[in-house]
Amino acid sequence: MASLAATFGRGAMTNGWVDIKNADVVFVMGGNPAENHPCGFKWAIEAKKTRGAKLVVVDPRFTRTAAVADYYAPIRSGTDITFLLGIIRYAIETKRFHEDYVKIHTNAPYVISDSYSFNDGLFSGFDAGKAEYDKEKWAYEADEKTNAYKVDPTLQHPRCVFQLLKKHVDRYTPEMVEKICGTPKDKFLKVAEIVTSSGNAAKVGTILYALGWTQHSTGVQIIRAAAMMQLLLGNVGRPGGGVNALRGHSNIQGATDIGGNTEILPGYLKTPTGPMHTLAEYIEKTTPSTINRQAWTSMNFWQNTNKFIVSLLKAQYGKNATKDNDFGYEWLPKIDGNYSWMWIFDDMYKGKAKRAGANEPGPEGFITFGMNPVGIGPNSPKMVAALSKLKWMVVVENVETETAAFWKAPKEYGTPDPSQIQTEIFLLPAATFAEKDGTFTNSARWMQWKWKALDPPGQAKGDPEIISRIFLAVRELYRKEGGALPEQILNVAWSYSNQIAPDQGEVLKEINGKALADIKDPKDPTKTIRTAGQQLENFGQLQDDGSTMCGNWLHLGVYTEAGNLAQRRSNADPTGLGMFHNWAFAWPANRRVMYNRASADAQGKPWDLERPGIWWNGEKWIGDVPDMKPDAPPGTYGAFVMLPEGVGRLFAATLNDGPFPEHYEAVEAPADNLLHPKVGSNPVAKKIVSDKDVLADREKYPVVCTTYRLTEHFHYWTQHQENGRLNQLQPGFFFEMPEAMARSMGVANGQHIRVTSPRGSMTGPALVTKRLPPLKVGDKEVWQIGLPIHWGFAGAQGHQGPLANLLTPSVGDPNAFTPEFKAFLVKVEKA
Amino acid sequence: MKRRTFLKGSAATVGGAVALGFDLGKARAEMREFKISRTTETRSTCPYCSVSCGVIIHTLGDKAKNVTPSVVHVEGDPDHPINRGTLCPKGVTLKDDINHSNRLKKPMVRKPGSDKWEEITWGEAIPRIARLIKTTRDRTFVAKNAKGETVNRTPGLAWIGGCTDTNEFNYLQWRVITALGVPYRDSQARV
Repeated sequence: MASLAATFGRGAMTNGWVDIKNADVVFVMGGNPAENHPCGFKWAIEAKKTRGAKLVVVDPRFTRTAAVADYYAPIRSGTDITFLLGIIRYAIETKRFHEDYVKIHTNAPYVISDSYSFNDGLFSGFDAGKAEYDKEKWAYEADEKTNAYKVDPTLQHPRCVFQLLKKHVDRYTPEMVEKICGTPKDKFLKVAEIVTSSGNAAKVGTILYALGWTQHSTGVQIIRAAAMMQLLLGNVGRPGGGVNALRGHSNIQGATDIGGNTEILPGYLKTPTGPMHTLAEYIEKTTPSTINRQAWTSMNFWQNTNKFIVSLLKAQYGKNATKDNDFGYEWLPKIDGNYSWMWIFDDMYKGKAKRAGANEPGPEGFITFGMNPVGIGPNSPKMVAALSKLKWMVVVENVETETAAFWKAPKEYGTPDPSQIQTEIFLLPAATFAEKDGTFTNSARWMQWKWKALDPPGQAKGDPEIISRIFLAVRELYRKEGGALPEQILNVAWSYSNQIAPDQGEVLKEINGKALADIKDPKDPTKTIRTAGQQLENFGQLQDDGSTMCGNWLHLGVYTEAGNLAQRRSNADPTGLGMFHNWAFAWPANRRVMYNRASADAQGKPWDLERPGIWWNGEKWIGDVPDMKPDAPPGTYGAFVMLPEGVGRLFAATLNDGPFPEHYEAVEAPADNLLHPKVGSNPVAKKIVSDKDVLADREKYPVVCTTYRLTEHFHYWTQHQENGRLNQLQPGFFFEMPEAMARSMGVANGQHIRVTSPRGSMTGPALVTKRLPPLKVGDKEVWQIGLPIHWGFAGAQGHQGPLANLLTPSVGDPNAFTPEFKAFLVKVEKA
Repeated sequence: MKRRTFLKGSAATVGGAVALGFDLGKARAEMREFKISRTTETRSTCPYCSVSCGVIIHTLGDKAKNVTPSVVHVEGDPDHPINRGTLCPKGVTLKDDINHSNRLKKPMVRKPGSDKWEEITWGEAIPRIARLIKTTRDRTFVAKNAKGETVNRTPGLAWIGGCTDTNEFNYLQWRVITALGVPYRDSQARV
């Protein structure tokens, strides 16, 4: 989601599931929604049936989505950037882009500093020693006198973003696409023609993608390329358009919204770091400033960071957070460096990590609620080795997962004998979805309440109760015995009616937030807009003086004095566009299409009257909930309110690996980089280094391998269902292998093969198919194989298999730190 | 009219048919009643992918104190604007996810060096876990980093959250993680 936030301002699917029906073009790449999101994908079929929309699929495999597409083109895993920049080049060359949109809603006219350059695979500012870029080199050029960004509305300035982009993509000719991606030129051109048919006011196109894009060492830049393409085609903010990130799980969107990752707090506030010594410094360093004084100025919504963080601190520490003690800012843990997934297990394995120049301990205790990292993370044998070093571990789950049972892992995981593993492990039984209340946030940002249907079985408990009991027991120990900084724990406000098992509605109320004192109307201080104790209604009511509390500003509006809006169930759709404003609640502010100001032209008139997002009626914006100050006339603010520029970024100086995407091979690639052989893979990709992190060379491991899901199973859960119907439908593990490859090796359908990477080795039956064609890369023929995830050593009897991650490397994207599961090298032998 | 009332109504009509001169009572006794005719319907959300289809969970038992409810059927919610009553193979079989025999029902512990799980009570598990957390936190807590900056973190603790936890749970989890000073924290969203 790092790329969508860098391009548009927020890291989430821009539109919604039902909205897909409004599209003229549905472009699916890096995902297989027919298989993985079947009931949402129906809306793509609806668009085909009712609008005559064209469905285009580009994928290494002829997938279930490809099977219902109007057009399919194959591609080599990990070369998506080349394909997408090829489309951008085609759109510019043939003028099949939405020029009026580009001029007002993107940074195409902005002039970039002359310190920006790109040569031989490297952007300016590269530090080879650190493998990092100095992003200051990519800054906008500002007028010396006024400090305003320079723009050229004609898009002719040689250093304006549009001209730099044109130059950057010039190398991505259809011939080059064929050489790098292996996609025949005519097929590429056909895809480019269909996709760019939406590059005007009359038509609109959407993109659906999923983990096939994120799980690469260039993942963020792949999505960047797609987001840029959609900006160029004028498809962002419009019904039927957007960049639709199809999240893989029911509440993965919600997990990040509420600060589930190390680098963020609830509402995407940044986690404070060592150098942010005080609350004032935190606010100063994390609030983007706006120097854009052009006609389109930005709302720069993050200028409210002070209100968000103070209200969050009030939620966490209650009365203990006062103006005099910086609202308890000191008690928030500060980070120095990277503490995300790959580092968790590397530092656990090594027992230490360098932080701010000195060694600190690595994790010795590990808690996981509803997660199975041994199954899900890269390099399972390393994961098992890391967990073996823990002093203790707590796993809260429905079933005995591979993580809980790592000490029983088969020998190919390199597991020590259990007698050598000193880890004390607790496996606590938890309720499943049906056995508890609460909200999930779907891909389209809808927060939907679900009601508890029954109690969990046996002694199992809901996880809110489990975590509360653990917290209260720890708190009691600190209260009695003291210890390291007891204030961090003792000052937490835990004021739920039922402390041991907090009511989930009460928790959602706290997330929404309330007034702690009377809040005056800023326009007329004689009026009170909220009295103390009342639930807040909108962002504008948040204060930075401690008079409001709010657990997540992003969710504001979900639980007001009107009640729990996540429970709403009206499926009336007066717009006919599938917005359903009275069904549940969509953050932000119940807006159904984000950046919807861009659905209208400079005067506020919709680009397409049949599919309007919002429009200006002379007094206010009407239609969808406007992503704009409701009474600000057109021309007041730019359409991308979260970005300090206020416009969508074709050029984004905030990412760690370049302001434009560039073709880099996967870290483990079967071929040289044809554009710049000296810079083959992403020069700033993150690579974990240890004796267990060995990378493959292409001579020994010549075959490209990728991973995927099947519609009949979900992750590593459903294979646990004893006598389950899904296990009958899809009983076991297999490798998918191209026909010609099988023929050349003498492997028959169903025969067992052995697949090996430097991390691990596994055997299983080969499913010989036509779905994975061999591809030419330059002059070389490259084989690709695939394997489904879902099986592990802990499943139901008779439904066990090797974990796909036995093979995968701990290398990842330099922005999102997501591992490269979708393109790595293996060797294949007969078993 | 609720489904249950409707079915009662039809039963009355059938009974009334005696007046026609022949007895349908026997035939009616043979009729198998639909399992879901006596269920409680609960609106929920499918826990698998991010479409978040609406589902209706049918449980037997009327929520009386002495009745243990059990799930007999899960179906797509026809009112739901996204899935409009449809479900995929996984959604259709959600009953298996709730009911299957491999569900964990008791807390367990695997002791250091042991090769087996042993049952433990909640009353034993929670205090033991709390003690382990405190010992690790006190042992590894870093109040100031090497540069002398106040960081108040516990690098000895790592925490990973799930993908099917509710927002409310995730919020409670963030609060506890922050209270314990955990820097190593992540979620399914990363991978």
